[in-house]
Amino acid sequence: MEIKGINIPPVFSLLIWIGLWEVVGRMDLAFILPPFTAVISELTVLIVRPDFLAAAWMTFKAFAIGMFFAITGGVFLGFVMGTNKTANSILGMWVNILASAPLSSLVPVLMLLFGLGQLTVIIIVALFSIWIITLDTYAGVLHTQNSLKEMGRSFGASKWQLISKIVFWSALPEILAGIRLGLIRAVKGIVIGQLLLSVVALGRMFRTFSDNFQFTEFWALTLILFVFALLFSTLVGLLEKRVEYYAGTRT
Amino acid sequence: MNQAVHLPLLDEATPADPTSNIVAVRGITKYYGTDVHALENINLDFPTGQMTTLLGPSGCGKTTLLKIVAGLLEATSGEVFVKGKPVTGPGPERAFVFQDFALLPWATVTRNVAFGLELTGAPKKEREDIARSFIDKVGLAGFEEKYPHELSGGMRQRVGLARALAVDADVLLMDEPFSAVDEQNRRKFQEDLLRLLSVENKTVLFVTHSIEEAVYVSDQIVLLSPRPGRIHSIIRPELDRSESPDDIRRDKIYLDTVEEIWGNIRKYLE
Repeated sequence: MEIKGINIPPVFSLLIWIGLWEVVGRMDLAFILPPFTAVISELTVLIVRPDFLAAAWMTFKAFAIGMFFAITGGVFLGFVMGTNKTANSILGMWVNILASAPLSSLVPVLMLLFGLGQLTVIIIVALFSIWIITLDTYAGVLHTQNSLKEMGRSFGASKWQLISKIVFWSALPEILAGIRLGLIRAVKGIVIGQLLLSVVALGRMFRTFSDNFQFTEFWALTLILFVFALLFSTLVGLLEKRVEYYAGTRT
Repeated sequence: MNQAVHLPLLDEATPADPTSNIVAVRGITKYYGTDVHALENINLDFPTGQMTTLLGPSGCGKTTLLKIVAGLLEATSGEVFVKGKPVTGPGPERAFVFQDFALLPWATVTRNVAFGLELTGAPKKEREDIARSFIDKVGLAGFEEKYPHELSGGMRQRVGLARALAVDADVLLMDEPFSAVDEQNRRKFQEDLLRLLSVENKTVLFVTHSIEEAVYVSDQIVLLSPRPGRIHSIIRPELDRSESPDDIRRDKIYLDTVEEIWGNIRKYLE
């Protein structure tokens, strides 16, 4: 952003919005919007509360396990689709539908199938993120330069060597991009899942706070989730940067 | 002085002779799908220790023929023999140099050069020692830890050449290796290649569309006609290789051979 030739760092716009929030919050216009400073001071209290820590740990476990299955499953499916035409024609359509479908509507069905517990949350996380990882991996595998595969074959690479030493590395930038997008979807999934279930972990806290009009706590919890989502995607973004130097040089 | 010598074309019945011809191509025909007829009944011998160029206008199937010899493509009919044995796929006695270099962008020069050895399971120390010696031979000493995107086109192809030499194959298959290299570097590279090959004692199958390049580097030039590719003629430019590169490029035989080939190819372009 630039105003009258002066370069304004992007953080500045965030500060303006925070300032606005503070002003509106202090004007006491709406009880659902307490001042930003109040939210932050609540956040420091909330973040060390044992019930929050227990809920956050449970949420994180569900998130990590769900992502583990999404990444291994998504990368595997993407490789199968990218290397096998038959598999692609069978799976391709479904993966595309599921990647763009509003999966939130499936949550009630999953609750019926798997109960109101951690398992359902894990499945929701995996379901939300696996398809985009599959699609990106598939794109990366297809993208692999033909001459690199010919090179591998001409130097006697086995099928497994072709995949592990050439195709995987060539597809890695796309796989990481898929994982980053998958993480963001997984955060959505976990929030939606826990809110709809509203009996486990952070979902229950959200429900309690909003039911009891504890909006300072509610916003503090929201901020924490935002920061975590941002943190995860930044971490994968850093990994992506490490392979960026060759992602652009591929033809 | 000798003139360029024309060889009689082989007939189909000529048996493969592994002693003087390390690669023999017999009756190779290639269709892509049902309607693209790339090669028609190619019979060729590639003398051991010599450089043979496949030359012709684009679409004459020269790269197709090279990839069939490499075992990367299957012929529709006919057979290729390497050292008297029929080719069924890629093999350790042949190494390929790619037009677009085909380097691993995520690997250093050393790992790229050692990659053929890595695939055969050679120990890391051993293959990197071999890689370093060939990096040195192709004139890239000091660039061992660089990545391909940090090198110029000419340097990248030197990596590709070093990788092919490192596996110690008898036959080098080079697919338009200099077409993505700029003109000045190409000349230097051609001279270096000839010097290197005179030491390494390899048989080279070289695909190019540059007439000057073909005449400059080849012992034997196979001129192919356009689709379907057939052998138009085989020419052996009898150049005095002891002359300096600049003298060779001014040599009357060199210039006459270039003219003669151009006369033949021009027909196909009109």
